[in-house]
Amino acid sequence: MIDIQRADFDVGEEYRQLRQASGSVGAIACFTGLVRDLDNNTPVVAMELEHYPGMTESALQRIIEQAQQRWDIDTVRIIHRVGRLQADDQIVFVGVSSTHRDQAFDACHFIMDYLKTGAPFWKKEVTPAGEHWVEQKASDRSAARKWEN
Amino acid sequence: MSISILYFARIREALDCEREQFNLTPAMGSVQDVIDALAARGEPWQSTLADEQLLIAVNQSVAKANSPIAEGDELAFFPPVTGG
Repeated sequence: MIDIQRADFDVGEEYRQLRQASGSVGAIACFTGLVRDLDNNTPVVAMELEHYPGMTESALQRIIEQAQQRWDIDTVRIIHRVGRLQADDQIVFVGVSSTHRDQAFDACHFIMDYLKTGAPFWKKEVTPAGEHWVEQKASDRSAARKWEN
Repeated sequence: MSISILYFARIREALDCEREQFNLTPAMGSVQDVIDALAARGEPWQSTLADEQLLIAVNQSVAKANSPIAEGDELAFFPPVTGG
């Protein structure tokens, strides 16, 4: 299940719901992404996130389907916030349940790596010196490529 | 014949345009034809749409400059994504 929302989320509650929604599983892997308060030693005051409504949800759905084809996983939950976030705020949650931990860990990692380079979100960083659009990182591109083989 | 064009992030800011209804002439069959027509407006359209990092979507699927475009389509231009 995918939600794009401005509101914050409660990781404990999401875990509880993921556990309840899952069939017979032995592992649940969860990841939360936060707004870092420093970018190259520059303090980050806020982060503005925009997305492409419609395409965002379908891109995330395709990523989930790729994960389901590659690993034997039960249930996936993705929440991604948009709007104006403060330093230390939660941005994204990915939770995956499976019978075994390897699949849960790998699928969760894969989904995050593909989300970083494949889902239409854009971040604008607000610092004391001004605002600038965050550039896609080469390290994120190579993290996604790592899964191709 | 018209299509919707959406602009996101720094592309939107450079063009000062979030979306528009664009008149597709019969001669325009590909995304590149639309880009050429937009670039003919002059600056900032010409430079912004010549950006080698420019990404394209047609009807919310990743597309290329040589992808076909037709009446009623939704075309989007945006920079490399930075979510997560």
